[in-house]
Amino acid sequence: MAKKVALLQGNTACAYGALYAGCNFFGGYPITPSTEVAEVLSEELPKIGGKFIQMEDEIGAMASVIGASLTGQKALTATSGPGVSLKQELIGYACIAETPCVIINVMRGGPSTGMPTGPGQSDVQQAKWGTHGDHPVIALVPASCQEIFSETVRAFNLAEKYRMPVQVLYDEIVGHMRERIEFPEPGELEVIDREAPSCSPEDYKPFDPSNGDVPPLAAFGSEYRFHVTGLNKAADGFPTTKAELVDAEQRRQLRKIDANIADIESYEEYQTDDAEVVIFAYGSTSRSARYAVNELRKEGVKAGLFRPITLWPFPEKRVAELAQQAKAIIVPELNLGQMNLEVERVAKGACEIIGIHRVDGEPINPGQIMAQVKEVV
Amino acid sequence: MAYDYEKHIRAGKLPHIWCPGCGHGIAMKGLIRALDTCGLEKNNTAIVSGIGCASRLPGYMDYNTLHTAHGRAAAFATGVKMSKPEMNVIVVGGDGDGTAIGGNHFIHACRRNIDMTYVILNNYIYGMTGGQFSPCTPTGHKASTTVYGNPDPIFDISKLAIGAGATFVARTTAFHATQIDKLIAEGIKHKGMAIIEVLDDCPTTYGRRNKFRSVVDMMKRLKEIAVPVAAASKMTAEQLEGKVLTGVLYKEDKPEYTEQYAQVIERAKGA
Ligand SMILES: Cc1ncc(C[n+]2csc(CCOP(=O)(O)OP(=O)(O)O)c2C)c(N)n1
Ligand code: SF4
Ligand SMILES: [Mg+2]
Repeated sequence: MAKKVALLQGNTACAYGALYAGCNFFGGYPITPSTEVAEVLSEELPKIGGKFIQMEDEIGAMASVIGASLTGQKALTATSGPGVSLKQELIGYACIAETPCVIINVMRGGPSTGMPTGPGQSDVQQAKWGTHGDHPVIALVPASCQEIFSETVRAFNLAEKYRMPVQVLYDEIVGHMRERIEFPEPGELEVIDREAPSCSPEDYKPFDPSNGDVPPLAAFGSEYRFHVTGLNKAADGFPTTKAELVDAEQRRQLRKIDANIADIESYEEYQTDDAEVVIFAYGSTSRSARYAVNELRKEGVKAGLFRPITLWPFPEKRVAELAQQAKAIIVPELNLGQMNLEVERVAKGACEIIGIHRVDGEPINPGQIMAQVKEVV
Repeated sequence: MAYDYEKHIRAGKLPHIWCPGCGHGIAMKGLIRALDTCGLEKNNTAIVSGIGCASRLPGYMDYNTLHTAHGRAAAFATGVKMSKPEMNVIVVGGDGDGTAIGGNHFIHACRRNIDMTYVILNNYIYGMTGGQFSPCTPTGHKASTTVYGNPDPIFDISKLAIGAGATFVARTTAFHATQIDKLIAEGIKHKGMAIIEVLDDCPTTYGRRNKFRSVVDMMKRLKEIAVPVAAASKMTAEQLEGKVLTGVLYKEDKPEYTEQYAQVIERAKGA
């Protein structure tokens, strides 16, 4: 049987991806260019008995999502830069309280209200460092409507598997672009649900590390009763200031990422095997970069594309290898220099790192990238 | 009536963090008596709070307990209640938590008339951080950030709740301890947003700066300012000067939010 296909906007694809992953709660606050995610889910969620709530602001939206998740729901919120800035404290709360949830950030220009209808990639470092304290981070950066669908599913899976918030960032161009989507059949993409406790309710400790770095999470309203706090806590979930417990707890949380890089990491390489110049690009910018690679190859220039799909944790190992191989890595971004810093950090001076930065609300076109590559070779 | 206090608390988490003479413990005992009276199933009940001395209360209660971020309790609680409307949701927090940083969530939770019982412990001050003025610190009074006397006018929390759309609003004080449980119990039974404002005291940061010689003095004041609503109707404006009304201040039957949303689901499924 032929697969169901549709011409969908990126934001709509996100909403359907969420539903495929089993999302049954959305808490949000409208903001361009993300609003369509909320609009579609306000219509679709009640059809399946799910819940949609438009909260009074983004902080409330994030709070409702965490509350919902603690009752066992798969919860989502969607926003843009200004909204993500407001959510930061509670993104940290979701980290420390190890509450699975997904945050969609359809990026526009900034800072502040910036350019609401223009594209931007200015939140990529905020995704990593936005909330205070040390905490694990997973951020995904899809570059097409189909990929928004599948990465939204993967975001839920990673959130559930590692008990943490996962962010999906894509720029306005990808969010508002329309492309043909093939809907995966049920079961075609993996869908992961959080591990439930198997011990007796009396023995349940919501942050017990003794069986691995991701303790099972019970649901409020089940036979397990437990306490959740944003304070540093012991295995039983209650606050502690004991130095060794606080330290161990925070290190365990980072280990959820560090020990599972292979599972979380995702990237795509195009023509990098013999590339002398590698373009490191994500989101809409990677689409221009791919076009540029094709054109450059026609002219005999050995250019290649490295496209992270998981942006955080950063694909350190592979980028370091490419830095050894290439003369230069070009980093086009719709910001004034963010991921180029990370590329520089892991390249450790092995090759030249050249950023192409644009914040005027216009996309980076292939010509701009080609010109830069040619300058290097 | 004898109450089974032990049944509701996590004895292992005591002693509590509150100072001697703090009114929050009186309010907690009131909440326990209300829970005992209403017989809510523990597994099916969540107690949610923000940050502050008052907000430490849920940690001592043997329920599903969620100690959130400063000001955000009502919004977390909304997520819980929307997800599982069959759960009983109780919110506990301070005056600062609920009406300053959390004011927006507070009024919108009232407006939605979502079925929760919100017990707000108004000790007129930011206790936990050492006594800075809150939106409820009386004008002219002293706090660590108003050493020359507070220039700010205050919020009347109960009026705010009524204005915002809560359908059950009641007030009492830590002096009127037995009224606390009666009002909370009534709030729990009420379908919709129930706000129970408990005026209490913070001897450590508010009492000390405002010339209350002892906790007893503070309790006396609570006793003196409280006027039951029924009695107030027979009093003149002059007699009511400086008093606060206590008892059930407002009660109304109105559609409850999760029931309204259940109808949205019905309509969506039928469409
Ligand atoms: C975002 C944020 N801002 C400020 C604080 C500091 N803070 C903690 S408790 C508190 C005031 C609590 O006052 P109230 O809610 O009245 O509770 P009380 O301690 O008086 O019971 C403040 C300002 C915080 N924890 N988080
Ligand atoms: S500081 Fe005030 S509010 Fe906090 S525990 Fe002490 S008396 Fe109570
Ligand atoms: Mg207070």
